Amino acid sequence: MSGHHQHEGAGRTTSPYAARIRAIEALLLEKGVLTEPEVQDNISYMEARSPANGAKLVARAWLDEGFEELLLSDAKSAALQLDIDPEHPAEFVVVKNTPEVHNLIVCTLCSCYPRAILGRPPDWYKSFNYRSRAVREPRAVMREFGFEPPDGVEVLVHDSTADVRYMVLPMRPSGTEGMGEEELAELVTRDSLVGVNVPRL
Amino acid sequence: MTFEPGERVRVLPSEKPGHVRTPGYIKGKAGWIESLIGEFPNPEELAYGLSGLPERPLYKVGFLQADLWDDYEGSDEDYLYADVYEHWLEPGEGGKT
Repeated sequence: MSGHHQHEGAGRTTSPYAARIRAIEALLLEKGVLTEPEVQDNISYMEARSPANGAKLVARAWLDEGFEELLLSDAKSAALQLDIDPEHPAEFVVVKNTPEVHNLIVCTLCSCYPRAILGRPPDWYKSFNYRSRAVREPRAVMREFGFEPPDGVEVLVHDSTADVRYMVLPMRPSGTEGMGEEELAELVTRDSLVGVNVPRL
Repeated sequence: MTFEPGERVRVLPSEKPGHVRTPGYIKGKAGWIESLIGEFPNPEELAYGLSGLPERPLYKVGFLQADLWDDYEGSDEDYLYADVYEHWLEPGEGGKT
């Protein structure tokens, strides 16, 4: 690659994959399998989702025990309560970090991710590097993200191999007593929802 | 065949080609049934435009990391859950844990 087209997005528009996708899209439109509005609706659907949805769910759970219970037992209903549309064929399950267990999410086979809630996964989540190492050396991976589980904490990796999409409910950081829901939500990063890191003050 | 939570199982070491949802690193490995997740159309057939019916039971299966990797770095207590379809499982040794 030449030096001066390395900005965000550059290179992708000209990659063979992008060209192939555009060709497939054009064919699907031409043959009437898809319509332009359907393609646009799907783009809007995906862009309306973001890690901010996950942060809202987590902040509410930190403040409301009843909501936490619902989030852990029926995450789609919990999402609906906050006006987040969780509609997706896959199940959506939230797993809770505790002082004893730290959870980490990966999809070794492809890039399964709770897209209906969090939107598109980050590129690293889809990388072969993350997918292979998260199951084999999760602690080393977390260290590279700047997090080391304290001694005595078990690491539990969830490989989303089939019909369930997972999100982590991280622990509320100490020193956040008295914070409101929005302020708390700002602490909840996408990385902490995947489990490679934790929310910090 | 149905499995109960706590039952020991082994993942079949099958080399079935094509679209499967059982990652290679758990094939042939021993673990335990954590829970029954539900029943879903078989993705191995859905991938080829078939109905995937009848639906197949999908289990959350637990594995000790030390049983998956000879050189695992970390606590002996670290573990992993993978979601595995029933037709990839056989009874393991030791019965219920």
